[in-house]
Amino acid sequence: MKIHKKKREMLEGDLTPMIDMTFQLIAFFMVLINFTQADQNKEIKLPESELAKPPEVPFENAITLQIYKNGNVYFDGNDFTLDSLRPRLVVEKQIADEFKGKDGGAQNVTVIIRGDSFVETGKVQETIKLCQDVGFEKFALRAKEKVPY
Amino acid sequence: MKLRKNEVHGREKIDVPMTPMIDIVFQLLVFFIMTFKIVAMEGDFNINMPQAAQGAPSTSLQVPLKLKLRAGPNGALQSVALNNTTFDGNVQEKFAQLQDAIVQQIGVSDGPSSAQEESEIEIDADFQLHYHYVIRAITAVTGRVDPKTGEVQKLVEKIKFAPGAGA
Repeated sequence: MKIHKKKREMLEGDLTPMIDMTFQLIAFFMVLINFTQADQNKEIKLPESELAKPPEVPFENAITLQIYKNGNVYFDGNDFTLDSLRPRLVVEKQIADEFKGKDGGAQNVTVIIRGDSFVETGKVQETIKLCQDVGFEKFALRAKEKVPY
Repeated sequence: MKLRKNEVHGREKIDVPMTPMIDIVFQLLVFFIMTFKIVAMEGDFNINMPQAAQGAPSTSLQVPLKLKLRAGPNGALQSVALNNTTFDGNVQEKFAQLQDAIVQQIGVSDGPSSAQEESEIEIDADFQLHYHYVIRAITAVTGRVDPKTGEVQKLVEKIKFAPGAGA
């Protein structure tokens, strides 16, 4: 009986190091987690470029158009064709002019274009043209960073 | 002293229940691990295309650079031409030559208000050309990674697409 008792008491190990480590892990994942990347569409495989460095200052006013391989556009949670995108962009421009009028309205909004590697270039240009027609002037073509080894 | 001793004794007796805390901590840990995803960093190439400038003569004083990208029937790159010079070789060689040609034309210097900032290139790509070739072309003309230092040297700053090609 005496031996039994001793053994049971030994079983209560020191939990402090484990908790320390667990908190370390939590802190690690919390710091690295990135919710801002949520507007990336997984179906789109961006082209790679050595020069595509993440911008030091993110664009202040930006909308992201994501172009699928077949030329359709994903914007704000929905899929559009070029024809159905126009009214949506007009709304977007009006919002920009209304609320960001001081900063130059739609002229100062950057349209970030995330095009799939294999989409036809003409489709991308058509999308840019459409944005120009609506009234946007600044564009940014997005590419994935390629680490040169 | 006796009281104090008792206090000390009492302190030792307090047994904080660790189990709930560890439960929650593990919950948190699992949450962060599950939502964690490794994303490659992304960067942008700026192109400025004001509506009024379409068809208007270029404001740049430099010799205009015009890059032609021609596509084969399946969307693969067929030929690359800068102004009237065509480049040969495989895709990689073509873009390497293109970059050399750009460097020859505008040079590499790090000073302010250099030729790089003034220069402008117009990209005229075929409709069915795969988009990643355009990005490679833009990469080739906007800058290069110095092989010695690994730093990025800027080349052409302004990029625009030839009007009408998208129609």
